[in-house]
Amino acid sequence: MNDVRSHLSIRNLNVFYGDLQVLKNISLDIPDRKISVIIGPSGCGKTTLLKSMNRLLDHVDEVRVEGEVLVDGEDIYGPNIEITRIRKKMGLLSQKPQVLPMSIYDNIAYGPRIHGHRDRKRLDFIVRNYLSAAGLWEEVKDRLHHPASRLSVGQQQRLCLARGLAVEPEIILGDEPTSALDPQSSQRIERRLVELKKDYTVIVVTHILRQARRIADYIVFLYLGELVEQGPAQDVFANPRDPRTRAYLTGEIS
Amino acid sequence: MNKRRLVERFWKALMIASTAVVIGCLLFIVVTVIWKGLPALSLSMITRIPKGGYYLGKEGGILNAILGSLYLALGATALACVLSLPVVIFLNVYCRKRSRLAELTRFSLDVLWGIPSIVYGAFGFVLMVYFGMRTSLLAGIVTVALLEVPIMSRAIDEVIKLVPRELKEASYSLGATRLETSLKVVIRQCLPGILTGILIAFGRGIGDAASVLFTAGFTDRIPTSLGQPAATLPLAIFFQLGTPFPEVRQRAYASAAILTILILVISILARVLSRRYTKHVIR
Repeated sequence: MNDVRSHLSIRNLNVFYGDLQVLKNISLDIPDRKISVIIGPSGCGKTTLLKSMNRLLDHVDEVRVEGEVLVDGEDIYGPNIEITRIRKKMGLLSQKPQVLPMSIYDNIAYGPRIHGHRDRKRLDFIVRNYLSAAGLWEEVKDRLHHPASRLSVGQQQRLCLARGLAVEPEIILGDEPTSALDPQSSQRIERRLVELKKDYTVIVVTHILRQARRIADYIVFLYLGELVEQGPAQDVFANPRDPRTRAYLTGEIS
Repeated sequence: MNKRRLVERFWKALMIASTAVVIGCLLFIVVTVIWKGLPALSLSMITRIPKGGYYLGKEGGILNAILGSLYLALGATALACVLSLPVVIFLNVYCRKRSRLAELTRFSLDVLWGIPSIVYGAFGFVLMVYFGMRTSLLAGIVTVALLEVPIMSRAIDEVIKLVPRELKEASYSLGATRLETSLKVVIRQCLPGILTGILIAFGRGIGDAASVLFTAGFTDRIPTSLGQPAATLPLAIFFQLGTPFPEVRQRAYASAAILTILILVISILARVLSRRYTKHVIR
């Protein structure tokens, strides 16, 4: 992986919930402007790994994090880190879309406003621009000031994507972002992610192997909190080196 | 008919009967109060201050108590909001789920909730004496606010607890601080519940007699500043009911009717208002 610059790297990451160790000595380089997919059976630590990347883990009770998560070479768990600045670099798509209790427009403008954009024209532009990028503009352009909660679940997830993009992140994190969606909406989200990798580094957690095969450029396989295998998607799928990866890919363990 | 269906019917009938008793009580109270007070209910009751006799005039109205109660309850509720909202947000957004401090705070609030209002009155009185104050609107407001805080905090706490963690995380992940998340997302999401909590506290505040007895005092005049004593409807009812004169006792029921209607109107208003804000709430 020496040919790929990576602005998100993890070094010897250990995460404990109380006495339970959920991530064991993970070291990882996420390739830039590619889709990296984290796969593994449920309970293997996929979501924990993802949440360690933007420090949402901080909000979990009794959690202990050791090791380094480097974003642009800076350890986000280091001292004097301004957490809001780190999180601004990453957009998050959660399992169930979480729209904010406000209008469609305000959902998108929420992030930019927090980070100091006040100019109405500029906000109008941002809203239009990122709704288009998420493929939602045509569907909502006439009802921007309606409550976001009235959108369908699939539209809500694209709204969340647009909202994440509006703070101009470099990285997009997806925590099983299609698990609450119908097949058509899922496909739309997948297509968006593939388009977005031109400009963003995308990291997606999924338990759907077929989805991983469809969109992944790079695969990270976790098993029982251990990083078992990582590598370019074609290599891992065609030629898994570890027997556990092989077993998972063939459906023997799940 | 088999036994299970019989049992089902029996319990269902019992539940309907209980529900009927509850609704019946409300109707019964309202009807009694209005029935007994009707002869004394007149426009002058709500537009004039008492005339003809210290505290217990047989003429004039109870405008002093109506305005006194409104001033007092509005002031106390506003003050209680200022204290309750920060506590509740601190408990739910800043404290960890199983934090000792949060548990202690909730326990304290529950204990405070259970303390009878006369004790708040006595406590308020001690405070007044300490600061060298006389019975006044201000002393009443402070005392009633203390009475309202646990009610309001716990009611709002129960609502804010229900905000999904993922919703807060969505806000954090955009780079929002906890404060921004609280003010712009959590409070917005809970607005209807918060309004209900404020309303419950307001209802308790405006209806309480014991806490204002020694603190707000009583007067036939309408208070024009925080330093003056203020009459309140519950005390007006109390004093009027206690007289040997039937005309004055009748006025007590009229006062009770006015207090009941006042609470009803404010409840309905708040409900209509909160409906306008529920538009964006995520269900």
